[in-house]
Amino acid sequence: MSVFTTPARRGTPPAATGGARSGVLPWLAVPALAIFVAFGVIPLVGVLFLSFTSWDGLGEIHMSGLTSWRAVLADPGLVHAVLVTFLVMAVSWAVQTPASILIGVFLAGHQRYRTLLAVLYFVPLLLSSAAIAIAYKALLDPNFGLGAGLGIDLLTQDWLGEPVLAFSVVIFVVSWQFIPFHSLIYQGGVRQIPRSLYEAAEMDGAGRVRKFFSITLPQLKYTIITSSTLMVVGSLTFFDLIFVLTVGGPGDATRVLALDMWKRGFQAGLMGPASVIAVILVLVGLVLALLLRRLGGRDANASQMEGA
Amino acid sequence: MESTTPSRRTFLTLSMGIPLGAALAACGTSGPAPVGGAASSAAATTGGGGSGAKATYWYLSVQPQEGVRTRAVERFNKANPNGQITGTTVQNDAYKTKIKTAIGAGQAPTIIWGWGGGTLRTYVQAGQVDDLTSWFEQNAAVKDRLFPSSFGAATIDGKIYAMPCETVQPIVLYYNKTVFEKVGVQPPQSWGDIMALVPKFNAAGIAPFSLGGQSRWTNMMWLEFLFDRIGGPEVFQAVFDGKKDAWSNPAALDALTKLQDLVKAKGFIKGFSSITADSNADQALLYTGKAAMMLHGGWTYGSMSTDGGDFVSGGHLGYMNFPPVEGGKGDPSNTVGNPGQYLSISSKATPEQKEIAKKFFATAVLNAEDAKEWAGTGAVPIVKGADAGFATSKDADFLKFVYGIASNAKSFAQSWDQALSPTAAEVLLDNIAKLFQLSITPQQFVSNMNAVIGS
Repeated sequence: MSVFTTPARRGTPPAATGGARSGVLPWLAVPALAIFVAFGVIPLVGVLFLSFTSWDGLGEIHMSGLTSWRAVLADPGLVHAVLVTFLVMAVSWAVQTPASILIGVFLAGHQRYRTLLAVLYFVPLLLSSAAIAIAYKALLDPNFGLGAGLGIDLLTQDWLGEPVLAFSVVIFVVSWQFIPFHSLIYQGGVRQIPRSLYEAAEMDGAGRVRKFFSITLPQLKYTIITSSTLMVVGSLTFFDLIFVLTVGGPGDATRVLALDMWKRGFQAGLMGPASVIAVILVLVGLVLALLLRRLGGRDANASQMEGA
Repeated sequence: MESTTPSRRTFLTLSMGIPLGAALAACGTSGPAPVGGAASSAAATTGGGGSGAKATYWYLSVQPQEGVRTRAVERFNKANPNGQITGTTVQNDAYKTKIKTAIGAGQAPTIIWGWGGGTLRTYVQAGQVDDLTSWFEQNAAVKDRLFPSSFGAATIDGKIYAMPCETVQPIVLYYNKTVFEKVGVQPPQSWGDIMALVPKFNAAGIAPFSLGGQSRWTNMMWLEFLFDRIGGPEVFQAVFDGKKDAWSNPAALDALTKLQDLVKAKGFIKGFSSITADSNADQALLYTGKAAMMLHGGWTYGSMSTDGGDFVSGGHLGYMNFPPVEGGKGDPSNTVGNPGQYLSISSKATPEQKEIAKKFFATAVLNAEDAKEWAGTGAVPIVKGADAGFATSKDADFLKFVYGIASNAKSFAQSWDQALSPTAAEVLLDNIAKLFQLSITPQQFVSNMNAVIGS
C-alpha cells in the first residue's frame, strides 16, 4: 500500500550534512509529493466538495449544503454499515493476529521443510482478491460446490446465504488471504530479536512457552502495532472481495462502509451521500491509525535492546 | 519530530487508498475488451483517408444474444466501410453501473443500449441523450414496422429518446417436465397449486423453485406477478405515478405476505440468496433437475437451449404464464417484463458519429436478417408480423407462446427496477432482498418503500 516515500520534512537538516546536500534533499521529495497531491489530496478535496452537493452522476452538480450529511447520518443503514465494518475489523484482527504471529515465529526458525512450507503459505498472497472470491464462491455453492460434489453434508451449508455464515465466510477468506502477508512481517520481526536474549533465558531454565511469552511477544510489540495498523486500516477498504462474494448480502449482512458507499453512489445515483461516506471512511481511518500509534507509546524509538 | 513520521505516512496511505478506490471504481475503463476485432481492424485499413469517423456501441455479453448483436454490427460495418461501429461487450449487472458512470464522465458510447423507462429518464433530464422524435417523423417507416407497445418505455414526457430494438421479453414460469413426471404432479394452475406443490417437491429432495437471488431483480419478478395477480396493474401504477402511501394498498400487503409464506415453506432453492443470475446458475439448477420450476425472463429460453444439452430440444422444458391467485383482481393474461430493449444516441457524440448511429438504426436494427437472428435465439423480435416466420423455426412453440402473451396481454408492465428512477429502484431492490431474507416484515417493507415514493 505505502509505495510512496516519506514526504518532505520541514525543519532544518542536521548540521553534519553539508550545505550542498541540504539544497537537494527537498527536491527528491517532489515526485512523491506530486503523485500524492494528484491522487491523494485532490480526490480527497473533490470528495469533500461532493459531500456538500447533490449529484446523480449524470447531470449538473448542485450545491445542497448539509442535506447529504443529514440524510446519511439519519439513515439507520449507516449505523448498520459502521457496525458491520467494525465487526469485520475486530474479528478479522482477532483471527489474523494470533495465527500470523504463530506462523511468523515458526517460519523464522530452522526446522526441516521450512522453506517449502513458507512457499506454500505465501500462495494466497499471489492471487488477486477477485480471483480468490470467485474461487471461494464456486467452492461454497450449496448446489454445485465442493460439498455437493463430494456429497459431504457438513460442507453443503448455505454458506453465503445465511447472515452469520456469510459473515464468517468473509472473515475466513480475508484471513486466508492476508495471514501470509502478516506472517511475513512477523517473521522479519522475530529474526530481529537477538539470540543472546534466548541464550540468557535458556541458562535460567526457561522453556519454549516461557521464552515465547517473555521474550518473543514483548520484542514483537512494534511489529504487532505495524501489522495491526495495516489490518485495521486495510479492513476499512475491503471492497473487491466482499463485492464478488456477497455484494454485501444476504440482505445487508456483510454491507461494509465501502460497499455502502458504492451502492449509494453508483447504483442509486446519489453521489452526495456516497461522498459523505467516503469522508467518514477517511476520518475513521485516520483516527484509528493515530490511536494505534498512541498505543505504541509516545517514544517509538526507545530501545528494546537493554541487556542484549 | 521523528516519532510523527510514521503516522504521517499512514495518513498518506489512508488518504491515497480511499478516494483512489472511489476514483478507480468511477473510471473502470479497463474492463471490457472490444469485440469483433476483425471488423475493427478491417475498418482501420479500409478507412484510409479522411473518413475516420467511428461510432461506439456497448452491449450485454451473455450468449446467444451477444452473438446476434455482434453480427449485426459486423454486417453494418461490412456494408458501410466509411462509417464504422466499434462494439464493446459488458456483463449485465456491471453494465448498469458502467454506462451511468461513463455518461456522467462525458465518455459515453455513441449508441447507448438500455432498458428505457426510469434510467432513460435520468439521461434525458441530464441532457445526455438526443431527442429522436423528429427523426422518427422523418423516418416513419422505421417506426411503423415495430410493435407500438415497445415505444412506451422509450417515450419521456411525450418525446421519443430511444430506438426500440431486439426482442419483447415477458417473464415466464418455466418448469422441468421430467421432474414433474418423476414426482407425479401437474403444473400449477393457481397460487394454491404452487403452495401445494412445494412440500411435494421438497419431500422428493428437489427444490420447488430455482432463483438467482443475489441479483435481486430476479426476486422482484415474483412480486411483480403477485402484485398484478392480486390487485391488478393499478397497484404498481400508483407507485410509479408517485401517489402518496401507494405501497399501503391491501393488495400489496397480501402479495408481500404470500411471498414470505412461500419463502418460509422452503419454496426456493437452498442458497438462493447467493446465486447470481449473471452466471446462469439459476437456469442450470432447472435443467439439471435440482429445481422443478423457475420464474425468469423470456431470454433464458435461448441460454437454456445453448447450455442445457437436450433439455430444450428434447422437449423437457415446460413454460406457462404466471397462474392466477385465488380471488385476485388481476387479469391472468397480464404480464410483466421488458417490452423491448432500447438504443439512444449520446448527445456528446460528434455529428458524424450520430449520423452513423442513425444509419445503423434505420438499416441494421431489426432488418429482416437481424429479426430472423433474434427469432433464432428463441425470442420474439419487436417487429410487426414477426410470427409469420415462426412456423419453420425449431423454437416455433415457444415463439408462438411469447408472441401470444405479448399480443394478448391486457397489461404489459415494464420491470419495476427499469420503470423507476435508479434511486428508487435501489431502495426497492434492497428491500426486496431483505424481504426474501425474512429480515423485514411486509409491514416494514411497505413503510420503507412509502418513504421514498416520488424520489
